[in-house]
Amino acid sequence: ASTLVLAEHEGGSIKAQSLSAVVAANSLSQDNPVSLLLAGSGSSLHQASEKAATCHPSISQVLVADSEEFAYPLAEPWAKLIQLVQLKGDYSHVIATSDSFGKNILPRAAALLDVSPVTDVVDINGPRQFISSSLQLEYYTPHAHFSYIPDTGIRYGYQETGQALHQKYFGVRSTSTSWLLVKGHRALILNCVEVCRPIYAGNALCTVRYTGANPCMLTVRSTSFPVPPISVDSKSGGASISEVDLSTLDEDSVGKSRFIKLSSQDTGRPDLGSAKIVVTGGRALKSAENFKMIEKLAEKLGAAVGATRAAVDAGFVPNDLQVGQTGKIVAPELYMAFGVSGAIQHLAGMKDSKIIVAVNKDSDAPIFQVADYGLVGDLFEVIPELLEKLPEKK
Amino acid sequence: MKIMVAVKRVVDYAVKIRIKPDKSGVETQNVKMSMNPFCEIALEEALKIKESGLAKEVVAVTMGPSNCVDTLRTGLAMGADRGIHVEAARDLVPLSVAKVLKKLVEVENPGFLILGKQAIDDDCNQTGQMIAALLGWPQGTFASKVVLDKEKQVATVDREVDGGLETLCLDLPAVITTDLRLNQPRYATLPNIMKAKSKPIKRYTPEELNVEIKSDLEVVQVTEPPKRKAGVILSSVDELIDKLKNEAHVI
Repeated sequence: ASTLVLAEHEGGSIKAQSLSAVVAANSLSQDNPVSLLLAGSGSSLHQASEKAATCHPSISQVLVADSEEFAYPLAEPWAKLIQLVQLKGDYSHVIATSDSFGKNILPRAAALLDVSPVTDVVDINGPRQFISSSLQLEYYTPHAHFSYIPDTGIRYGYQETGQALHQKYFGVRSTSTSWLLVKGHRALILNCVEVCRPIYAGNALCTVRYTGANPCMLTVRSTSFPVPPISVDSKSGGASISEVDLSTLDEDSVGKSRFIKLSSQDTGRPDLGSAKIVVTGGRALKSAENFKMIEKLAEKLGAAVGATRAAVDAGFVPNDLQVGQTGKIVAPELYMAFGVSGAIQHLAGMKDSKIIVAVNKDSDAPIFQVADYGLVGDLFEVIPELLEKLPEKK
Repeated sequence: MKIMVAVKRVVDYAVKIRIKPDKSGVETQNVKMSMNPFCEIALEEALKIKESGLAKEVVAVTMGPSNCVDTLRTGLAMGADRGIHVEAARDLVPLSVAKVLKKLVEVENPGFLILGKQAIDDDCNQTGQMIAALLGWPQGTFASKVVLDKEKQVATVDREVDGGLETLCLDLPAVITTDLRLNQPRYATLPNIMKAKSKPIKRYTPEELNVEIKSDLEVVQVTEPPKRKAGVILSSVDELIDKLKNEAHVI
């Protein structure tokens, strides 16, 4: 196995969630060298690639694509880049984080490679082996030979291309040893991946088995693959860094989209996706003015600010603060929800938090069913009291 | 210009889903089914563009068993001019949907393709990106604002991304996938529901379109998510601070 991780960088460093994708790659297989793909242009790209080379022991290679095309995260050139790198490196897996960057690009790349990707993976069951020596339902065509393995639905086979017998698997193909010829009968050892992902806004978990050709492409939820603290010996030299040869990058669909601008609110608070504490306000805050109480509390705790869809729709805060299935998925150590009823969509975005605190006037609010600590009360009294009594942040 | 919109029939968003006892999936028998909310937004956007005079025709497409025609009729009642139903016995993975759509685009030749960013059943969030790749068209995913310029043949799209709003300019033809804030879909009125009954629906099979339907993904099982343990209700702010500090050790 070998894995390509599509990484994001910012200000000369790898984003924390991209390391989660490396952690996810580790759980696929122990013997799994990871190649990290970084694209962009200019000095911050090269700074980031040097840091990437020593940031995780399982990264064996850092691939750098330096071009103006990648100055912005446009799906068209990036998907082409993944296709180019995959065709050269023949990775068994390609992983990106399932944020707006990965979800935009990875499916496009998958279509170019003619494989089905899996979105929002929260768990990887590791490599599973299927062993079968009794094959049925074989059929032949002049150019190809397919077999079905009973009960699994997996089929494999090989195709003749030109003169040579070209081995091509139509089932799971992982390494060259994944099938054997035994005394003229084919025995098959298949390595395949089972992953788990939420469906129906997190109301059900679906385990799927990927049985397609290489590569198996996944977007993973970074909150489900936490990065353990790693002591990296910088003297060990780390991974090799090499430039991607972009001379064959197909210009076909590149240039048909142009970046105009990114409007964001820079608040100086920690990023919602990676903050240790998140303070969230719901519709019960009643106005944008009142929502400032949430911001004050967040400041005191060194926390990020979140909001429910209702609060965003009511215009209290911009939509990039929205926590939920259609917004951000967060899993901080402490999640404090004020005036949040606990709609299913919202719970899907925060129920993996370690400690959940809920403050709501309505004692029947569904948020209390997931809260570790609940306080039935008026947030307009509770928040000022918290502001007064909470210790200053460390 | 013609706009093509893909619509999907899913379990209604307000229904509390039940997992089948054999863990093979989610119960869809005798459950209220509706058009995927993101698809409604996609269709609404297409209708608005048509009403502003920038498009002549809106074609709604759906895929699946024969009861998906209900969803298509809903779309026609909202205002789509005609429908296309591609019959498929089972659930199609996004790659197959994209391949079928590509064939339909080759037949219909639309200038704009609008889809929901994801379906609320499988939450895949893939089809729009994949059809854009297969066609070699630019994509504007998670759109919260779309402005068409017919003269220059471009679309300016605001996208909801992590950390704010990204604005892109796309050459037409292009693929858009819609986010919730793009618009507020209309309701079908009774006269329009009656009118929709006589609007044409064309039927295809994947074989007729020469698309091989395959799936490289097998559902092993569908299960309930783990439940969080019920917590405690506290009586005061002091108690809360004490618990957070001395029991949970998070502040």
